[in-house]
Formats: sequence, C-alpha cells, structure tokens
Amino acid sequence: MTLRERVRAWRFWPMLWKEFIQMRRDRLTFGMMTFLPAVQLMLFGYAIQTDVRHLPLVVLDESRSAESRALVTTMVNTRTFDLVGPVASRAEALRAIEHGEARAALVIPPDYLTKLARGETAVAQLLVDAADPQTSGSAMSSALLAAQARGLALIAARTGRAPPIEVRVRPWYNPEQRSALFIVPGVIGVLLTITMTLVTSTAIVRERERGTLEQLIVTPIGGTSLMLGKLVPFVLVGYVQMTVVMLLGRVIFGLPVRGSLPTLYLFTVAFITASLGIGLLISTVAKSQAQAMQLSFFFMLPNILLSGYIFPREAMPEPAQWIGLALPLTYFLKVLRGILLKGVGAEALWREGVILCGLATFLLAVSVRRFRKTIE
Amino acid sequence: MSEVAVRTVALHKRFGALVAVEGLDLEIKRGEVFGLLGPNGSGKTTTIRMLCGLMVPTSGTGTVAGFDIVRESESVRGAIGYMSQRFGLYDDLTVAENLRFYSTVYGLHGRERDARLAEHSAALGLTERLGQLAGTLSGGWKQRLALACATAHRPQMLFLDEPTAGVDPAARRAFWQSIYVLASEGTTILVTTHYMDEAERCQRLAFLSRGHLIGVGTPKEITTQFNQPSIEEVFIALQAKDEGAAA
Ligand SMILES: Nc1ncnc2c1ncn2[C@@H]1O[C@H](COP(=O)(O)OP(=O)(O)OP(=O)(O)O)[C@@H](O)[C@H]1O
Ligand SMILES: [Mg+2]
Repeated sequence: MTLRERVRAWRFWPMLWKEFIQMRRDRLTFGMMTFLPAVQLMLFGYAIQTDVRHLPLVVLDESRSAESRALVTTMVNTRTFDLVGPVASRAEALRAIEHGEARAALVIPPDYLTKLARGETAVAQLLVDAADPQTSGSAMSSALLAAQARGLALIAARTGRAPPIEVRVRPWYNPEQRSALFIVPGVIGVLLTITMTLVTSTAIVRERERGTLEQLIVTPIGGTSLMLGKLVPFVLVGYVQMTVVMLLGRVIFGLPVRGSLPTLYLFTVAFITASLGIGLLISTVAKSQAQAMQLSFFFMLPNILLSGYIFPREAMPEPAQWIGLALPLTYFLKVLRGILLKGVGAEALWREGVILCGLATFLLAVSVRRFRKTIE
Repeated sequence: MSEVAVRTVALHKRFGALVAVEGLDLEIKRGEVFGLLGPNGSGKTTTIRMLCGLMVPTSGTGTVAGFDIVRESESVRGAIGYMSQRFGLYDDLTVAENLRFYSTVYGLHGRERDARLAEHSAALGLTERLGQLAGTLSGGWKQRLALACATAHRPQMLFLDEPTAGVDPAARRAFWQSIYVLASEGTTILVTTHYMDEAERCQRLAFLSRGHLIGVGTPKEITTQFNQPSIEEVFIALQAKDEGAAA
C-alpha cells in the first residue's frame, strides 16, 4: 500500500466525518457550547471580586481637629474605605456596623490632638466587622498602612528629615489590581475544562445507551480511530470557545493580550487534549450518561478550588497543593496568565508546556488502552 | 477455502452465576441459511455476540470464516456483517449518510464505494429514501437500512439477530427475498427469529433452550425426528421437555 492509500484507508476519517455531521445536527449541544462561555464569563467576571474596596466607613471624631481630619483623609485615600458619614457616639458606631450600614468605624478620641502636640503617641481605634475574614483583613491592613503613613509624615514634618525607609509598591501586570483581570484568563481555562470533559465523557456512553456502539464496534474500526474521531471535533469547539471568551473579555473587561496569541493557541492544544483525555477516561468507566456527568462535575470541584483559579495555591495546605499539581488546569492557568497578562513567551512557560503534553499523552494512552471493543 | 463457515466447540458464556450459553457445539456450512431458534433468554444473542467478537467466551473455542473468534477477532470483524437485535444505526444521520459511514468503515472508498452504494440501495429499494433521517423511518425500513449497512461490503458471513421483529408480513417477505439473494451470492447467513414460518425457510435449524443445544437439522429432519406436524409444534414440545427435565 502506498502512503496515500494508507492514509485514505484510515478509519479515523469516516468517524470524524460522522461526528461533524452529528455535532451540526445537535443544535442544543452546539448552542450550549457557544452560549455557555458568554454566560460564564459574565458570572465569573462580575461576581468574583476578590479585591476588597469601598468598604463603608463611619467616623466618630471626638478630636474635631485638622489633625484628625487629616487621618480620615489618609484612610479614605487608600480607596479601601468609603466614608458614609460621621456618627455622634460609640453606640451609634456599633449600631451602624451591626446593621450592616458600615463595615468599619474609626474612633478618634478627644485627646488625639493634645497627645500629638505633647509628643506622645496618639491612639485612634478601628472597629471592624470581622465576620468575613478576607474583608476585615484588607480593612485592617489598609488602616494600619494609612496610620503608619500619617505617622511618618508627622515625624518628617517635626524633625525636618525625610523618613528613613519608604517601600514603594508597584504592582506589575495588573497595575490596578483588578481581580476581573486575574479571573478572566481563568474563566477560559475553567470553561474549557468543563465543556471538554463533559462532552467527551458523555460521547461514548451516549452511543452505548442508544445502542449504536454495538453496531459500531462490530466493524473493523480501531479503538484509536474511534477515540480520535470523537475527540478532534471537540478540539475545534474548544478553540471557538476560547476565542469567544477572549473577545468578550477584551470588550467587557479590557482583557489585555500582552504576549503572542499563536504561542497561546499552540499551548492550548495540549491542554484541550488533556481535558478530552480525562473525559474519555470517565466515559470508559461510566455506565450511563448520568453517571458520566456526575463524574465530570465531581472532577470540576478540585479544578475550581485547587488549580489557583480563585484561591492562591501558595496559601493551601501541602496535600491540596499536590492534588493541584495533577490537574492540567493548574499549568494552563500559568500559561494563560503568563501570556495574556505578563506577556511572557514559550521561554518562560516551556515547563508547563512539557507537563501538559505529558499529561495529554498519558491520559489518551490510558483511555485507549482501557477501551475494549466488547460490550460487557 | 474451508467448507465450514462457523464452528464452535464447547462454547460457554457465564454472567456471574447465570449460565447464558452452555457447551455449544455448532457447525454451519458455507453458503447456508442457518436458523437459530429458542425462547427468550435462551442465549441466541449471546451466541451471536461471541461469534462476532463482541463478547469473550468464558470457555470453549470457535472459528468464523476461518478465524479464531478470540485471538483473531479483528479479522473476524472484517469478514462479517452484523445486524444487532436492537436498531443500532444513527438516528440523526440520513439513510445515505449511514450507508456511506458504514461502507467506508468497512473499507470501501471513492468511486468504487459510490457505485456500490448506488447499486446496493437500488437493490434494497432504498433509493427514494436516501435523504431521510434514519430515525424517522418506519420499523420495516429501518431493518432494511440495517441490512444494507451490514452487507454493502459483501461480507462472507452475515449475522442477523431477529431482523424481522416488529415488521409487517409484506415487509418480512421482502426482507426474506433479500436474504435469499444474498445467500445465492454465496453469503453464509445465521439468523435468529421467533417466527416459525421464517424458520421453515431456513436450510438448517438449531434449537437452543436455556443455553444449550437441544436439536439440529433441516426443518424436515426435525419434524420427522421429533414426530411433530410442524416446526412450531416441535418448538413447543422440545421446550416443554427440556424444562421438564430441568425441573
Ligand atoms: N450483558 C449481560 N449481563 C448479564 N446477563 C446477560 C447479559 N446478556 C445476556 N444476559 C442473560 O443471558 C441470558 C441469555 O440472553 P440472550 O440475550 O442471549 O437471549 P436471547 O436468546 O437472545 O433472548 P431473546 O429472544 O429475548 O432475544 C439471559 O438470561 C440474559 O438475561
Ligand atoms: Mg436476543
């Protein structure tokens, strides 16, 4: 046989052809695959705001001096707090927090100015609603920084000397520290994981349930042709989804593309293949479509929680970090953020690329091996 | 080429505690139309699935078209056609697309395939329905399409598992005419059925009951051997006897 004849005789082609026709006719799935990305992007992009800003603040200013007002201004300038109004008493301040009108209250005692004037340490108090640790943490650190800045400014004014140390923080890659920017590349990765595992995990089980698998595997089609024919159309779907999310992300959230798109698309093929491999693996285990979906959703949880999508992996206990290392999404997130936000290229991300390729090959090989051309 | 199309020796299939096929010795000659009869659950489908390489026998051996059904199941697959008991084609593909898909998977390509499909669908009367989605066909036409998909590649051996279940009498007769055409072209056919008029149309018959063979021969041999007026009577008598023996 010549090479041409061999390529033509490959049973992957009719399989691919059939899958494309079926995909085109399955309007619901097709619509879901294009509509879903838009909805998810909105949901995740808008709802998940991990940065804490604009906490309502009430002030009990018993000092009523220029100095006390300067402290309030410094606090508000951090942009962590929004001044919602003065209160007349401690009780009123507490009530504002209890009723949720304020998340924090700044109390400046009457002796604030006199202590400052005497060169003693003036004390102001911040009452924080600490029910949500993330919010209160931000509030406290912002308030401390503001107070320190104010203190240093006062010392400098008094001594006529510049403050000995100043740390200037310059956030790179995401200068305004907007969490939407951090989240949107993540949405691409999570969406691809969800759809790719879900569609492939049900793909083979569906043929089994409809009774078409028996008729199919009684033919001389090989397991590899069968699996690849099922997968390749989904690779294209994955690319379409990713492009849709990036375009929407750009229009709605101003998502930058600082690195090279071709590099990103190249890395993506490894990630998509790995996700499809997981879907296939599920489909060789599941007995019904419902089971396949349950398993896919079960697989989604560690992806959302442990990949670094929302919560930083550095903050996790070690076992959780190890699990994260087994997830393709963990690596793909680095690639996405690296290329889109940091503008780095393959030279910085080749390790992730190699690992993704390895995972993809491993998962595909295992599922092809597990797939038996019998109906038991 | 050997004169035997199918041979099994002591074929067993167990599902846990349940014995579906027990010590089956069967021989089907090339070019024969061979009928496999037996009540529900007697192991007909399981036997066919083992012969097609879809299930691995628990023990015993068998050959189909000269290939071992376990060790050479891929070669068996290339040599046979199979119509499953449950309709197994793609509802969301048209008649033409199903035919094209299966013939290509079985190794037909290009102009040769197109010519063969044109001739084949004309022979089976499918030409006018080529553009219709398979899922919208009526029962009789579905079976016709399934037969077409199983035979476009001209297999030596054809397995038909209850191909006429739920098909009206006229369509059944037409279906059997197609079976005879295939047989006259040299195809060996193993068919299961619950219709006794169809059983009489077979050259030889085998009776299965609770997984084992309780009688083999031509319809005539069988009626005389068991001293019954018709195959239907033989069927009922044999089954009653076998179940009596088991009780
Ligand atoms: N995959 C399986 N797992 C467990 N038991 C099975 C399986 N397939 C078949 N059986 C059992 O094996 C026995 C034989 O079934 P089989 O389908 O071969 O019967 P059949 O003769 O084709 O019946 P019918 O006329 O109803 O089609 C039955 O008791 C059936 O329940
Ligand atoms: Mg059956």
